[in-house]
Amino acid sequence: MPDPVRYMQRTREYYFAQGFDKAYKWAQHDDIPWQPLQKPLSQSTVAFITTAVPDGTIAKLSRSATSLSIGELPIEFRTDELSWDKEATHMDDVNSFIPMQAMRTLAEEGIIGQLAPRFHFVPTDYSQRNTNEIDAPKILEACLQDEVDVAILVPL
Amino acid sequence: MTARALEANGIATVVIGSALDIVEHCGVPRYLHNDIPLGNPLGHPYNTDEQLDTVRQALSLLSSSAEPVVRKTAMKWHNGESWRGNYLKVDDSNREALKLAGVENRRRRREQIEKGEKR
Repeated sequence: MPDPVRYMQRTREYYFAQGFDKAYKWAQHDDIPWQPLQKPLSQSTVAFITTAVPDGTIAKLSRSATSLSIGELPIEFRTDELSWDKEATHMDDVNSFIPMQAMRTLAEEGIIGQLAPRFHFVPTDYSQRNTNEIDAPKILEACLQDEVDVAILVPL
Repeated sequence: MTARALEANGIATVVIGSALDIVEHCGVPRYLHNDIPLGNPLGHPYNTDEQLDTVRQALSLLSSSAEPVVRKTAMKWHNGESWRGNYLKVDDSNREALKLAGVENRRRRREQIEKGEKR
């Protein structure tokens, strides 16, 4: 089995080659929080969280966490400014990065209880402080309001 | 970081992705890894069965594991392994182009700041 790509090292070298002199510091934690399932999946309310941009009209620097009704799930997300392998693949199929269709099927099968009424967007932000102090608390609040038991996070 | 915040406040989470080193560096409770190019963490475009299976496997981590877990799936990219070496490659063939791209990136960022774009 081939070794996984070392994305952190690759990204550092790539941005140094672009003339950026300060290496990005990825979040690092030694402890891992742990929340066991409180009830069976078949009775759980499940939400999903994406870094794909639902409203591409908002400038990159101004984007912040957003919660939207699953009935308003866009047909297309803005992904061109995000880091993904633009040579090897494409992102024309929303279902390759948004789990909504799969979640609907699993709800119909009874594997999960129900879909949460909203899905959530978290921007990829250079500032970990923005993510920790603004975005994550916003998503948490929305999930608590929606009585979410389980969240599936699909970052790009 | 978002998964960590939810988890610390009573919501169980599972992350699905394709960047093993970044997720392991951050530390999340449950991670399902598809070792394919960045962009399609759930599986190949238009392969509905594969995408569904990914979500099924991710959810199974919630009921099957009692401690932090990283599971690597058997998924393979459809046309070989060359993507591994190509992604964000830096060599003599693109060094000059990357320098110019960096200049353009910084110009665009300055432009946004000058327009007042910020949080």
